[in-house]
Amino acid sequence: MRAFWRAFSRNRLAIVGGVIVTCLALLAIMAPAIAPWDPNRPDVRKILDPPSGRHLLGTDQLGRDVLSRMLFGARVSLAVGFVSVGIAATIGILLGSAAGYHGGAVDASIMRVVDLMLVFPRFFLLLAVLAFLKPSIWTIMAVIGLTGWMGVARLVRAEFLALKEREFVVWSQSIGASASRIIWRHILPNAMAPVLVAMTLGIPAAILTESGLSFLGLGVQPPHATWGNILNEGKDAIELAWWLSVYPGLAILVTVLSYNLLGEGIRDALDPRLRQSAGRVVSRGR
Amino acid sequence: MLAYALRRLLLAIPLLIGITFISFVVIHLAPGDPVEVQTGDLSQQQSAKAYQALREMYELDKPLHVQYWKWLSRLVRLDFGKSFAPHGRPVLTMIAERLPITLLLNVVEMLIIVALAIPIGVLSATRQYSTFDKVTTIFVFVGFATPDFWLALLLMILFGVQLGWLPISGLRSLNWEYLTFWQQQVDFLSHLALPVLVATFGGLAGFSRYMRQSMLEVVRQDYIQSARAKGLAERVVIGKHALRNALLPIVTILGLSLPGLIGGSVIVEWIFAIPGMGQLMVQAAFERDYPVLMGNLVIVSSLTLFANLMADLAYSLVDPRIRVSRRRR
Repeated sequence: MRAFWRAFSRNRLAIVGGVIVTCLALLAIMAPAIAPWDPNRPDVRKILDPPSGRHLLGTDQLGRDVLSRMLFGARVSLAVGFVSVGIAATIGILLGSAAGYHGGAVDASIMRVVDLMLVFPRFFLLLAVLAFLKPSIWTIMAVIGLTGWMGVARLVRAEFLALKEREFVVWSQSIGASASRIIWRHILPNAMAPVLVAMTLGIPAAILTESGLSFLGLGVQPPHATWGNILNEGKDAIELAWWLSVYPGLAILVTVLSYNLLGEGIRDALDPRLRQSAGRVVSRGR
Repeated sequence: MLAYALRRLLLAIPLLIGITFISFVVIHLAPGDPVEVQTGDLSQQQSAKAYQALREMYELDKPLHVQYWKWLSRLVRLDFGKSFAPHGRPVLTMIAERLPITLLLNVVEMLIIVALAIPIGVLSATRQYSTFDKVTTIFVFVGFATPDFWLALLLMILFGVQLGWLPISGLRSLNWEYLTFWQQQVDFLSHLALPVLVATFGGLAGFSRYMRQSMLEVVRQDYIQSARAKGLAERVVIGKHALRNALLPIVTILGLSLPGLIGGSVIVEWIFAIPGMGQLMVQAAFERDYPVLMGNLVIVSSLTLFANLMADLAYSLVDPRIRVSRRRR
């Protein structure tokens, strides 16, 4: 652990990423307290006001304060990022460890499902499901999570294949420990490092996917603010109000960039060999 | 080689059936009814009758497995069915109108990415930690983090609204018919400029990164050392010995990233109002037009499977080691 910190703290970019990530989380949590205006209160006298001292980032078509809406949008983005990656990681760990530990028919059938999901045009699935279901923050989280677990499953399986031949596993088997005990207590803790890295890198990917879906109008519905749907409104006003398009996108860029820097920093500090193998939990939602 | 290709083609069939079956079930079980969308504004009594009639016409009253079987058996005869929309046009014609545009967009994008990413990757690998390498690394990280729809908006504001240089939607100007042949070509290209730029940007970041990584690994190998020791010029060592080996993993990644590119063109087509497959897919999803949606899926996933197969074949063509190990197996 100390070696990890030493390697990590030498990576300045990763530190910057970590600090920004922490600040963003704090801003999102404190949004109701620090937002200068009510994010959902329209004001006809202030429609599409450019950025000024009163409204730092301007106002939108309904006269709502863009800065306040973006602060509340951060809550949505971060929540979707964390929860969908949590779902993806849980499924990936369960299936990957079962496949890797048991091998044989279990492994073969699970890996066929993984193959099927990997060639599946993911964006099509997201589109089909979200256009039919009532889009809400919960369906977004579920759908992004359920379509993004394959990378973790493969990672965990590969770790299990390597670890299950090691002495400490063979010894526990020989004294009669149950399969679930060996999986959960002995192998999994040793296989978690690459999974954590993949999860850190999966959060920004999920945030990008969510904002893309919201931008298409398939994400969290207005009046709830998300970075994606502010941009969608910005699209309709590109000739009148550049600030509606510029700032939310910048927020997405900075967030995703910081998470990526942090994730790569953790990966390099944990084990330089992982540079190659660590996949992303949720691939870029393009 | 041929036997391998045939076996892979045969294996693609159950995969395709699996994909279509899952999507069929997801689409039909999800709430929302295409018939309701159409009969929504009729009076209650009329609507009940029309509702029944339409459901029977579209065979939505039958059990799900029967519907899927009928759909599949028609598909085998290349009958994709008819759209649920009032015009009721055959799905295949609708797709045939739009597929060339999406393919054109993706092929152009892919060519530009490959043409730029390979030299960028090679240069930053051979000059690791140089200014060029640092600048491209920054570009890569920013490229990864930039939402493509945001980039599209920024470019539209800059080139379309502020400077007024480029058109920001559609593929043709309103006065298309009155232009001369060459003016039409220029008009078409200027409409394509922004969409292609946006679609290329994200992919370029990823590919130049992979190329750099792959090149860095190859340069450390013993055979590069011996090529240098033999007294070959650095240009030959890098351009021939190293580059060929470094390209191998790129071939696979290229094949694997195709579904992503097609998915990405959904957003690009939607923003720039380009009448391609992506736009058709979004429309069909919103209108619950099952046959169009399923037809789209079949085409897109067949293209994806085919591209993966091509990538694998190309891989074994360029790498003799793989051919040998496959024969032994």
